[in-house]
Amino acid sequence: MDTILGPECMNSNEKIQGWMPRERFDELFGALSALGYTCYGPQVRDHAIVYARITSSGELPRGVTDAQQPGSYRLTHSEGGRWFDWANGPQALKPLLFAPRESLWRVARDAQGRLSFTPAAERPAKIALIGARACDLAALRLQDQHFLEGAYVDEAYAARRRNLLVVAVNCTRPASTCFCVSTGDGPRAASGFDIALTELDDGFVAEAGSPVGGEILGTLVFDAASRVQVKDADEAIAQGAQQQVRSLPSRNLRDVLFDNLDHPRWDDVAARCLSCGNCTSVCPTCFCHRETEEPQLDGTASGHLREWDSCFTQGHSYIHGLTVRAATRERYRQWLTHKLGSWHDQYGRSGCVGCGRCIAWCPVGIDIAEEATALHGGGK
Amino acid sequence: MNPKPKIAVHKFASCDGCQLAFLNAGEKFLELAQLVEIVHFVEAGMVAPDRPVDIAFIEGSISTPEHLDHIRAIRGHSRFLVTIGACATAGGIQALRNLADADEWIAGVYAQPRYIRSLATSTPVSHHVKVDFELWGCPVNTPQVMAAIRQLLFGVMPVDEHDKVCMDCKRSQTVCVMVTQGVPCMGPVTRTGCGAICPRFGRDCYACYGPAENANSLALGRRFEGLGLMPDAVARRFLFINNAAPVFAEAGRRWSGADD
Repeated sequence: MDTILGPECMNSNEKIQGWMPRERFDELFGALSALGYTCYGPQVRDHAIVYARITSSGELPRGVTDAQQPGSYRLTHSEGGRWFDWANGPQALKPLLFAPRESLWRVARDAQGRLSFTPAAERPAKIALIGARACDLAALRLQDQHFLEGAYVDEAYAARRRNLLVVAVNCTRPASTCFCVSTGDGPRAASGFDIALTELDDGFVAEAGSPVGGEILGTLVFDAASRVQVKDADEAIAQGAQQQVRSLPSRNLRDVLFDNLDHPRWDDVAARCLSCGNCTSVCPTCFCHRETEEPQLDGTASGHLREWDSCFTQGHSYIHGLTVRAATRERYRQWLTHKLGSWHDQYGRSGCVGCGRCIAWCPVGIDIAEEATALHGGGK
Repeated sequence: MNPKPKIAVHKFASCDGCQLAFLNAGEKFLELAQLVEIVHFVEAGMVAPDRPVDIAFIEGSISTPEHLDHIRAIRGHSRFLVTIGACATAGGIQALRNLADADEWIAGVYAQPRYIRSLATSTPVSHHVKVDFELWGCPVNTPQVMAAIRQLLFGVMPVDEHDKVCMDCKRSQTVCVMVTQGVPCMGPVTRTGCGAICPRFGRDCYACYGPAENANSLALGRRFEGLGLMPDAVARRFLFINNAAPVFAEAGRRWSGADD
């Protein structure tokens, strides 16, 4: 009973899952580029798996996996030669949408002293991102909420977001730093994707998550996945969930944190913390930025630049003549009480999706789950 | 029309590398010459060290008895005094002699040490006269110097770029060399300004831009120990280009055992 997947699968109550044999994976690149998408996918660069432009499966991290610990990320060999047998690298979807550095507008002054402002007229490319994980889709949802759904829509983010297509790959191999089960955000991609894949030895179980995803799978004319293939995929994801060793003490730590603003643990963590901003930079939900001017040397024109900032910088809490959070203790406390506390008031949930990046990419290996647990244990 | 602001570039104990931020600027240097009058800059051919200027750029540390008088004279006829580079701002790598017996070093280096007249210490300009703004780096770079000049010409103090190098690494999506390779990168305590040039080429930062604001050198030093560095090797990470910057000097003393 072979079924051809198409847009109609969106209308059915039960999701239809297709079977993409490994040797036909490259047809996906063809279908995406036929629709005008530039593909980004995981590749080994500079000792890590990062997202970069990709045109064929040959560039995927075949037989590569990672070992992650607090403050440590190492690539290693994985048996079996799979392509997605790794947990998250340093990037999420964030850099593709919330650009680390971008020009927002330019201002020029003419001979009469009149100013003219020109918005940066970026026409973002259509990008298809292959390999997104469930935690990063949860983070994408939060970034959408922040940049698109408030009173002021961020135009630069919106333009790129409209042009993004997401091919998720369900995570079957979490790192020791992962805890998406504890935050409720993974390891199965539940929503926010156009296509979701689950990798097995000889191919992928595929499902559509949007009309355009359904169309693409439809053009590729895959057979339906067999019951065994679907079961194997489900089991692989469930095993991934069972492998996770970290957790947060609760999904809502708002009251615990705000009741413990003078807990001695803040001093303890401040002695270890470098206030370097790596955690917030790799965090897929952190959205803080600063805006600066880049005047031309002759002073007749200037660019207005936006770039990632962090609550761990001095400038983040600087108001005229005063730095509100001068010490690391206050900066770390600001991060944690916002991320795990006041996000509930702002966005209806915690700002942590359990990706564990802040743990692995902290140069001194500070563990958010451990810190939260210590503060929780000391709750009044 | 007001006369063009006047600038001077002075050299003290240094390698001259920071002056290249001007000389290697190409067309930008010609553009600068349209905006300001360069009255003293020996390497560029203008020699008038005693003329009053609006901005005096100082390269090099205070290292000889003559330097002491010279820097005070310059301060006396300069509206703004801006240090450029690690030597002028923190004493430079030559401040390592502050931790040693300077006479012994001179005797070890020079065949006729009696002709050498040096102070026992190499110190930053700010130890001797008021400094209005400090540009860190070994060497400073053209965009950094030009941005400071532009802001001074606008009539405002330049923005102090003092975030950690890590911020620029992440903004350029550079993969962390310490986390992936276990190398003792100084980025988490070092101020940005270089554009994270060493990590972008896969090597560890060696702190040539000096300490960032709120630098936790003790926590980083302990991490270096965890990565397998012996105490002396940890000390040498801090006692390098900007060894006399207080937060690095403190860590250097701690790991070299000088505090014991």
